[in-house]
Amino acid sequence: MSLLDGLEVGQVVAERSFPLTRDSLVRYAGASGDFNPIHYRDDVAAAVGLPGVLAHGMLTMGFAVQPVVDWLDARGWVSDYQVRFTRPVVVDPQLGAVVTVVATVAAVDETGARIDLTATVGEQTVLGKAQVRVTTLA
Amino acid sequence: MPVNPELTERAFAPTAPYLVGREKVREFARAVFATAPLHHDPEAARAAGFADVVAPPTFPIVIAEATLQQLLAEPDAGIDFSRVVHGDQRFSYSRPIVAGDELTATLRVTSIKSLGGNSMVTSESAMTDASGAHVVTSISTLVIRGDES
Repeated sequence: MSLLDGLEVGQVVAERSFPLTRDSLVRYAGASGDFNPIHYRDDVAAAVGLPGVLAHGMLTMGFAVQPVVDWLDARGWVSDYQVRFTRPVVVDPQLGAVVTVVATVAAVDETGARIDLTATVGEQTVLGKAQVRVTTLA
Repeated sequence: MPVNPELTERAFAPTAPYLVGREKVREFARAVFATAPLHHDPEAARAAGFADVVAPPTFPIVIAEATLQQLLAEPDAGIDFSRVVHGDQRFSYSRPIVAGDELTATLRVTSIKSLGGNSMVTSESAMTDASGAHVVTSISTLVIRGDES
C-alpha cells in the first residue's frame, strides 16, 4: 500500500516510549563522538549547575524520529527533519528516564507528508517544533 | 568576549572527505534505537532501492562535528564552548546517505544574533558526495549563554 493512501491530517501514525539509562548515553557518546562529560559524569554536571546528567539533545532527536522510520517501512524516506531543544532530559543513574514520542500527520501533498512529533518526559515536553518531512520512494 | 559578528563573512575550507562505513552506520543506528532493517542489513537496503545500508536521519551530525571544530578553532570567534547549548537542529536532504558515500562538508555561518544577553549562532554544513552533488545540509543554532546566566 502506498504511503499516502488514506493518510489524514491529525492521524497518529506512530507512538513509542524509549527507556534511557546511563548506558544509552555512553553508547551514544561513543557512536557520535560527543564526549561532553555532562552526559556521563554527575560531578561535572553538578559543577556547571545542571540538575543531573543529561541525555545528548542529538540522542533525543535521533531516536524521536525512529517511530516514523518504522512506520515508513521503506515506502518513503526522511528528507527533512528539524527540532528545537526546549528542555533537557535528566537521566537518573538508577531510574534512568523514559521519553515518549507521538507522531501525528500535519500535512499531506502529492509527494509526501509532514509529520509532527511530540516528545515528553512525564508531563513535560522536551522538543519543540519537531517536524519530519517524509517523501515517497518512487 | 562577544561572538565575532564577522564570522558570517568568513570562508571555511571543505573538510577532509568522510567515508561512511557500513559498521559505523550500524553502530550509530544502535545508539539511536534505529532498528529498521535498512539501517543494518544490506539486502534489505538493496530491496528498498539503496546501494547499501542507509544512515539514520541524524547521522550527518557525526560529520558536522568536524565543522564545529573548525568554528571553535577560529582564534577570534569569541565562542566559549563551556557556555554553549544546542538550540535547534535541522537536516535537509537531497538524497539519503548510504554506506560507501564519501562526504565533504563546507561550513558557513549564516547568522549571529543577540537575545537577552545570550548570543545565537546559526551555521550550515553543506555536505556533498564524491561527484560533488549535494546530499544533505546540517543547520545548527548554538546558544552561547551570557556572563550573568
